[in-house]
Parts: sequence; C-alpha cells; structure tokens
Amino acid sequence: MKPGHEIVPTQGAPRAECDVAIIGGGVMGLGIAYQLAKRGIKKVVVLERGYLAQGASGRNGGGVRMQWSTEQNVRLMQESIELCAGFAQEIGVNIWFRQGGYLFLAKHEKERALMERNVELQNRCGVPTRMMAPEEAGALVPELDISKIVCACYNPKDGVLFPWPFLWGYAHQALKRGVEVHLFTNVSAIERDGSGFVLTTTKGRVRAERVINAAGAWSPEVARLVGVELPNHPHRHEILSTEPLKPFLKPMVSVLSSGLYFSQSMRGEIVTGITVDDDAKGVQLGSRLKFLTTLAKEMVSLVPRFADLKILRQWAGPYDVSPDGHPILGEPPGVPGFFLACGFVGHGFMMAPIISKLYAEWLAGGAKHEVFERCRLSRFAEGKMEKESMILG
Amino acid sequence: MSTKAIVCRCEDVTLADIQHTLEIGYRTVEEVKRYTGLGTGPCEGKECMAQAARLCLMALRTDGPDKNDAVVEPFTSRPPVQPAPLGIFARGDEEP
Ligand SMILES: Cc1cc2nc3c(=O)[nH]c(=O)nc-3n(C[C@H](O)[C@H](O)[C@H](O)COP(=O)(O)OP(=O)(O)OC[C@H]3O[C@@H](n4cnc5c(N)ncnc54)[C@H](O)[C@@H]3O)c2cc1C
Repeated sequence: MKPGHEIVPTQGAPRAECDVAIIGGGVMGLGIAYQLAKRGIKKVVVLERGYLAQGASGRNGGGVRMQWSTEQNVRLMQESIELCAGFAQEIGVNIWFRQGGYLFLAKHEKERALMERNVELQNRCGVPTRMMAPEEAGALVPELDISKIVCACYNPKDGVLFPWPFLWGYAHQALKRGVEVHLFTNVSAIERDGSGFVLTTTKGRVRAERVINAAGAWSPEVARLVGVELPNHPHRHEILSTEPLKPFLKPMVSVLSSGLYFSQSMRGEIVTGITVDDDAKGVQLGSRLKFLTTLAKEMVSLVPRFADLKILRQWAGPYDVSPDGHPILGEPPGVPGFFLACGFVGHGFMMAPIISKLYAEWLAGGAKHEVFERCRLSRFAEGKMEKESMILG
Repeated sequence: MSTKAIVCRCEDVTLADIQHTLEIGYRTVEEVKRYTGLGTGPCEGKECMAQAARLCLMALRTDGPDKNDAVVEPFTSRPPVQPAPLGIFARGDEEP
C-alpha cells in the first residue's frame, strides 16, 4: 500500500458535537481541516456532498504562480508555493510539482505597461519575474510563433502540480489526526443554537461551535442557510487535455488578452483552457463545442504545430467568481461563528496551502492575518475594493 | 484471474491496481478513474469502464452501506468521442 493515500472516509453518522464543521471537501475545506487538526483542534467534521475532488478542486489545471497584480496576492503566493515545495515531505504524497515557470505573453502594445508595472511590483516583493523580448520567449518555447507577440514576462519559480493527490494527502492526514471526513453527505439546513449551530445533513444532525463555508461555487447557497447573501457567483470554466507527448514544454504559457493557457503535465498531456463567455446561471458543468473552437483557433495561431495535436477529452468546472477577484473570508456581519472561505475565482487551488494555514492559525487562537480583514465580506458594501487584473478565464 | 491482468490497456492499469484502490477506501468509478488513471487514455474508458464498475459493485456488495441495493454509476463521458486534432476545430466554427 502506498503511504499517504489511504482515505477510508468516516462511516456512519457524524459525531453529535464538534468544534468546527467544515462544509465542502474541496482543497480549501480539507486544507483547513488538516491545519486545524495539526494545531490540536481535533473535533473537526468535514461534510462533503459528493466524492473528494468532485468540485473545482478535482477539475482544475493545477497552475501555481506568484505573478499577480496586487501585492497581497504576490506575497501570499510566494508563501503558498513554498508550502507546495515542502508538501511531499510534510504530507507524504507525491503531488508531481514541477517549477517550470509561467510565461505570460502580450499580443498588443497596450498591454506592455501593465506587464511592466506587475513585474516591478513582483520584483519589489522579491519575485524574480523578468520582461522578455519575443525572441527570448521563443528561445524558451521554440514552438511559439513569436510574430504574434510584442513582449512577455517569465517567473521561473511558478509551476504546476497534480491536484488529486494534493487533496488525498490533506484528507489522509486529517483523517489520521481524528478529523471526520463524511463523503456523500449534504448539508441542507443550519440553525443557530446558543453560541453555535446545528447542521442537518443526509447522515444526521451535528452541533458545531463554529462552521466554515468552504463550498466553493456553491457557497452562496450555503450562506443563504444562515440568511447571508454573498456577492460571488458560479461561472463555468472549461479545460481540455490532449494525447501525451514526450516532455518538451517547460513553462506554463498564457496569453494575457485571450486568457489562453497551456502547460504540459508530468504525464505528457497538454492541459489547456481559455476564457469563454457564458450566460448560463448556476453551476454548469456541460462541455461546449464553442470552447473547443475558441481555444483551437487561438492555440493553432500561436503554436502552429499543435494543429496535429489530438484532443483526448474536455470537461468543465465551476469558478467561484467574486466581484473584485479576491476571496471572501471571515465572519459575515451578524453571524459570529460562521466563517467564509470562498470567492477564490480561478486561483483557489494555489491559494489553499497558505489560506488554510492562516485560517487554522487564527481559529486555533493565534494571530489573525491581515488578509482576513482585507477580504471581509463588508468591503463590497463599503466600496473598498482593489481589483486583481491577472485573472485568467 | 492473475492480478497482473490489464484492465485498462491505454494506461496500463492492472487488476491489482484497482483492487488496491478499493482496499484503501474508494468505491466509485469516478474515484477509481482519478486514482489509477483508468479510462483517461485514447479510448476514454470504452474498454475498461464496465470492468471497473463491476469491481466497485462487488466491493459495495461486500461492505457498502446498502449492500445488495448498491448501485454504481459510470464516469461522465467526455467529448470528443474519438481523439481529434486541434486543427479541425481551429477551422470550424460551431459545426466541425
Ligand atoms: C477548469 C478549472 C481550472 C482551474 N485552474 C486553476 C489553476 O490552474 N490554479 C488554481 O489555483 N486554481 C484553478 N482553478 C480554481 C480552483 O480549482 C478552485 O479555486 C479551488 O479548487 C476551490 O476549492 P474549494 O475547496 O473552495 O471548492 P471546491 O473544490 O469546489 O469544493 C467545494 C465542495 O463543496 C461541496 N458542497 C457544496 N455544497 C455543499 C453542501 N450543501 N453540503 C456539503 N457539501 C457541499 C461540493 O460538492 C464541493 O466538493 C480552476 C478551476 C477550474 C474549474
């Protein structure tokens, strides 16, 4: 048996009382559960209505990067990538982490100023991103048609990982420390009970002193159970995987204007997505031909040799889109004890290692990191938002 | 049957690999797919999925909560039906 993967989920009804109930067994919920247990808070119950990796955490591209446009994100991601680099050792599972860098491409002169501004901010934070002329980008990825781009930027420390073992690793370590992880267990009601809450689930009721809403794209529905309206909404993001090729592509490549991104996984497949509009409401996971044609046009124009590359499968997952691109954290006004961990748009996987650690530190009685104040729900009502512009998809 | 028997020819997943997956607690075809890579090669599960489903069902009939009423669902089938080059989609608009 390979160590680090056993996740025999908790059988039977959840315990009657717990310190923290976490709704959602994605990377955020499981990460927080593990980090809480590690700090001695063991009466933790994770309630997941499907199998692990059913939500966005099992459907994403595994990209992790420090290249952001706001200082908060740059700094958080520096720490998160450090945690990713130590993950195999700490958790005991191979997450296929590979730091091949992220290469961002600008196709239009007007994008250059933004790129330079971001690179300068990142450098100030100690991230070694640098501007590149098209020829230099072409030297890094010779398959690119560099006549299509005006400049690029590259941070060699960004990378990709394989999301599934990451989740299993957190789940395994949480279970090992006594956390209950209930799969196929839906939370349908939450009632106030003194200082805590009583949750109604498919497997019975559980009283929790504190509740964490880590339900990703479904978090507005969960918040409504305690009468809170959240401003985030689900958005379908599609992605595909090709036949495997011999390893040749070092960085994750991304085009600023179209949101195209592609990387090569350790299995050799090219994993790629692009921004496509979607008017559909609610969580939509269907695949569309429009995604394939939009992506293929942009991809083949940029990398002509990919015209012969075969697509194996496409799928979709839900982005959890917040109005300013930043997560929504902490307790909403009027509902003490109910904590939000949502609104992570398309970068919640890479944020999970650091956010779950900071969350657990705070909930275990340690320091409250400033991110919780900055990312409070009331910032939207107060109009105090700093928009993140480096969002793909 | 030998545990070295191949269940998924595209990704070289053996019977032993699937048995191991069931041993550590997974019970759905979606999970077996994610854990072993079964069904993620060029045939997209056309050859192996029924076999994986049968093994999950057998495990559920032994220790699942509903035992004899256990059901297994296939994993979601993903387009395209057959591997198809990007170039085709780059030419076409809505209809390839
Ligand atoms: C195609 C795609 C590509 C992406 N690429 C990247 C990337 O490269 N890098 C990156 O960092 N991020 C990426 N993301 C974003 C990332 O996947 C998410 O931000 C992250 O996984 C969110 O994790 P989560 O735990 O908050 O949500 P989820 O993983 O969605 O988990 C929420 C869980 O809550 C459960 N749930 C909901 N309601 C209830 C209820 N009432 N009771 C019980 N359980 C409930 C759901 O079943 C679900 O499993 C991508 C997303 C998509 C869709």
